[in-house]
Amino acid sequence: MAGEKSVETTGLLGWIDRRFPLTSTYKAHLSEYYAPKNFNFWYFFGALSLLVLVLQIVTGIFLVMHYKPDAQFAFQSVEYIMREVPGGWFIRYMHSTGASMFFVVVYLHMTRALIYGSYRKPRELVWIFGVGIFLCLMAEAFFGYLLPWGQMSFWGAQVIVNLFSAIPFIGPELSLWIRGDYVVSDATLNRFFAFHVIAIPLVLLGLVAAHVIALHEVGSNNPDGVDIKAQKDKYGRPLDGIPFHPYYTVHDIMGFVGFLIIFMAIIFFAPEMGGYFLEYNNFVPANPLVTPLHIAPVWYFTPFYSMLRATTDDFTWVLAGSAVLAAIMVFLRVKGLMKLIAPVALIAVAVLLRVIDAKFWGVIAMGGSVVLLFFLPWLDYSPVKSIRYRPGWHKTLYGIFFANFIVLGYLGTQAPTDIFNLMSQVGTLIYLAFFFLMPVWSRLGTFKPVPDRVTFQAH
Amino acid sequence: MSHDSTVHDDEGAAPQTLPSDPSRRFWIGTTCAVGGAAGAALAVPFVSTFAPSEKARAAGAPVEIDVSTLAPGEMRTVEWRGKPVWIINRTKEQLGTLKQNDGELADPKSLRPGFTPAYAKNEWRSRKPDLFVAVGICTHLGCSPTPKFVTGPQPSLPNNWDGGFLCPCHGSTFDMAGRAYKNKPAPDNLEVPPYQYLSDTRIIIGVDETNKA
Repeated sequence: MAGEKSVETTGLLGWIDRRFPLTSTYKAHLSEYYAPKNFNFWYFFGALSLLVLVLQIVTGIFLVMHYKPDAQFAFQSVEYIMREVPGGWFIRYMHSTGASMFFVVVYLHMTRALIYGSYRKPRELVWIFGVGIFLCLMAEAFFGYLLPWGQMSFWGAQVIVNLFSAIPFIGPELSLWIRGDYVVSDATLNRFFAFHVIAIPLVLLGLVAAHVIALHEVGSNNPDGVDIKAQKDKYGRPLDGIPFHPYYTVHDIMGFVGFLIIFMAIIFFAPEMGGYFLEYNNFVPANPLVTPLHIAPVWYFTPFYSMLRATTDDFTWVLAGSAVLAAIMVFLRVKGLMKLIAPVALIAVAVLLRVIDAKFWGVIAMGGSVVLLFFLPWLDYSPVKSIRYRPGWHKTLYGIFFANFIVLGYLGTQAPTDIFNLMSQVGTLIYLAFFFLMPVWSRLGTFKPVPDRVTFQAH
Repeated sequence: MSHDSTVHDDEGAAPQTLPSDPSRRFWIGTTCAVGGAAGAALAVPFVSTFAPSEKARAAGAPVEIDVSTLAPGEMRTVEWRGKPVWIINRTKEQLGTLKQNDGELADPKSLRPGFTPAYAKNEWRSRKPDLFVAVGICTHLGCSPTPKFVTGPQPSLPNNWDGGFLCPCHGSTFDMAGRAYKNKPAPDNLEVPPYQYLSDTRIIIGVDETNKA
């Protein structure tokens, strides 16, 4: 027949393959996608993120069948799901606990990328799509948290929407436009519902597809940071690669089982996780006249929230001073066009730090600390990818960075005090310095030789 | 999605060696520009639906309050435009503290624009010294501060605390006239809403010389 593609498969599969790239897609992404054979425990978390994404979508669809996005009825409808819909409590706790578990696996997935250099060339786009997914998840979590219309829902949304009012000139109008009212209200609830159930999930799914396609185009990194495509057998298959299916599909199913045991244990025995996954104040209906005595975001936002709180008027002096120091350093070390442009820009930032309210810079610190991640592939100059072959003190730096992130997270859950405020300011500086000074420190020290093949002990 | 393969030019297409046709280039460019402008214009109605509705704009009626029953040191919260508005009958001692802490305040004279009407630009930030009226929304990120009228050391507050308000969200503190302390996240003093006295014992919130109901 004219125009029909010739394929190797026959029968029904052949009929499909002549019309749709089924077998070739299956091969490209599963049976002939060669992943390094030395994946360790850290490599579970990518697949686990996908599992949680599916669980969130499925539980979300069933929740929408009973939930009412109306300020009058939202709180009751959630309680109705919890108490009167058969099995409703399970679906709801799966979804609300799933949100926290999503961030657990995604933070671990990102940690893996950091320590093994998975963001380095040629995987920059994999990383950028990934940070995009992280931003979408944060938006998803924020919009979703308003829906139960409890006290924390209401005041959390009030604070975050007001972040935009800190932007000079257009700020107040912008936050009014986002809320659709002078205070967080029914109009806000309705639009957040629309974002949570359709707008952000669509973007999220697109980014997840792009993340996986980009990954499969360049191939997975591994704990040694060795390029497995450099050593191939006579059929052109990487010597250290094994087909994703069946090897890693089976491996990941084992990971799923382990994860689901923990996940179900949390749902059954500690769905609120002592106020960390679902805050106690959110079991009180929203009251626009009274802010709860202690308000803090859910745990996965607290490191960034700490940086927001840390940025006081005094602290902008420290930041402006750091910018001036950076300007001097760039002027002395860098050659070419950037020798003048970068210092002038940095001095301008230093001046603005003192001219515009600290409130605005708190918002910039919070947003910037996430946006900074996009630039990571171009900040790291280390000659090796994996932490295994870096100097010992690099490992210490990474250790400090992760510990600091956890401390910032803890401080964000606590009521503000002078000593905690000072600690968050130091923590914010450590976080920013880790990234901004990375072009300097990442190339220093004695690196260990990287082997040609991955290190792997067959068991 | 599948393995890439080289795509060959259609043999019927114009040879690559020919120069591009300027007239076609012009019309391709024009079509894209007009289509793009139409697409961008289409965003206007969508964006405008985000603004507050007519219903939300209308819901801003003034509120009348009888203040004769408010004992010295007592505070009452009323709702105006969906926000909490505090009315506090300040005691002599509380008024006395207002002059002491000017050095520690971010804006003791309420000079920054937008949060204090002209009739409240004084030491006590009110029309009459004892009765304080303010919107109970922190100027940082919109939480409602908690009254902390008891003086002296206590959690989250300095040891020389003279009474005032503490925002539970980010630790901003305000004195008994709603003035923000320095080096806290809130840049501005608490907003004093438009209000006036209808008689010695009744006030109306939302109306003053420049704001009609």
